[in-house]
Amino acid sequence: MSAKIVTITSGKGGVGKTTAIASLGIALASLGQKVVCIDGDIGLRNLDVIMGLENRIVYDIVDVVEGRCRLRQAMIRDKRVPGLFLIPAAQTRDKNALSPSDMMRLGDELRAEVDWVLIDSPAGIERGFKNSIAAADRILVLTNPEISAVRDADRVIGILEAEEKGSPDLIVNRVNYEMVQKGEMLSTEDILDLLAIDLIGVVPEDKSVLVAANQGTPVSLNKDSRAGQAFRNIAMRLTGENVPFMDLEEKGGFWNKLSKLAGGN
Amino acid sequence: MSFFKKVFGNEKKSAQSAKERLQLVLTHDRTDITPAQLEALKDELIEVISRHISINPEAVNIDIAREGREQRLVADIPIKVAPRRGR
Repeated sequence: MSAKIVTITSGKGGVGKTTAIASLGIALASLGQKVVCIDGDIGLRNLDVIMGLENRIVYDIVDVVEGRCRLRQAMIRDKRVPGLFLIPAAQTRDKNALSPSDMMRLGDELRAEVDWVLIDSPAGIERGFKNSIAAADRILVLTNPEISAVRDADRVIGILEAEEKGSPDLIVNRVNYEMVQKGEMLSTEDILDLLAIDLIGVVPEDKSVLVAANQGTPVSLNKDSRAGQAFRNIAMRLTGENVPFMDLEEKGGFWNKLSKLAGGN
Repeated sequence: MSFFKKVFGNEKKSAQSAKERLQLVLTHDRTDITPAQLEALKDELIEVISRHISINPEAVNIDIAREGREQRLVADIPIKVAPRRGR
């Protein structure tokens, strides 16, 4: 195996990186891929609770890097989907406990083990962010249709360009179709025009995301969730499939379920 | 927002304001050039060019244009029509 290492980053906090990593991890593993999700937010770990694996942590990423355990011992198996693992962040350390070269070494070791390594970057553009992108083959920038989130995304894209990481792909999260229609929310087209990078996914605002977080069951496990569907689509695009973008106008009514059965999105 | 503005849609929608504000902010974030610096650059350019060519300082326009992720310094400097010299 030779894993692809994908990092999700955003600059701004609270835009949905952790939700995206958990959902993409579940979705890729459901496609039969072997996936490791890494929480890169040392000191502020959260991917464990979003994935619902918080009670099973023994070792964390800093333990691996500092040699207190083997890599395999820090990989928590998600029992819901075969082939999905989590490497949690250390909670009692800070970002300086890891370096970009530690992440490169860890990435190289994981490449041989799995198909995908998904890294959840912390907010900001400092050490934790630098660690998270060090080993990445591909970077996804996630933003919301909010003026501050778009500005921060642009800053991150600029840094990635300056570091010659290549052009990242964009995920627009929490789009409220009605507000966009009323002209009270930036549309995906507006954001693409401003940021000028390629789009890999648009995720509608969806109450089921909070419910999923409450329960520790990533939203892509919920077949009825539109956000879940959007993340499953992104996972398929990552594997190289050409999946059309969801029609955000669509509501979850009877006729839509029927059209879904008939092969819609 | 007044009732009439609401009904007749004269009020600029907030998404449009957000986009326009972002266009300006991102240009400055990306280039690190402040409007004041741009103004100073314009004054100096006018001074240098005026030494060689007759231009109308009022009509000079210097701006940063966006093209995808690239920024471009665009100067529009109309030249004054030179009076024809008789032969």
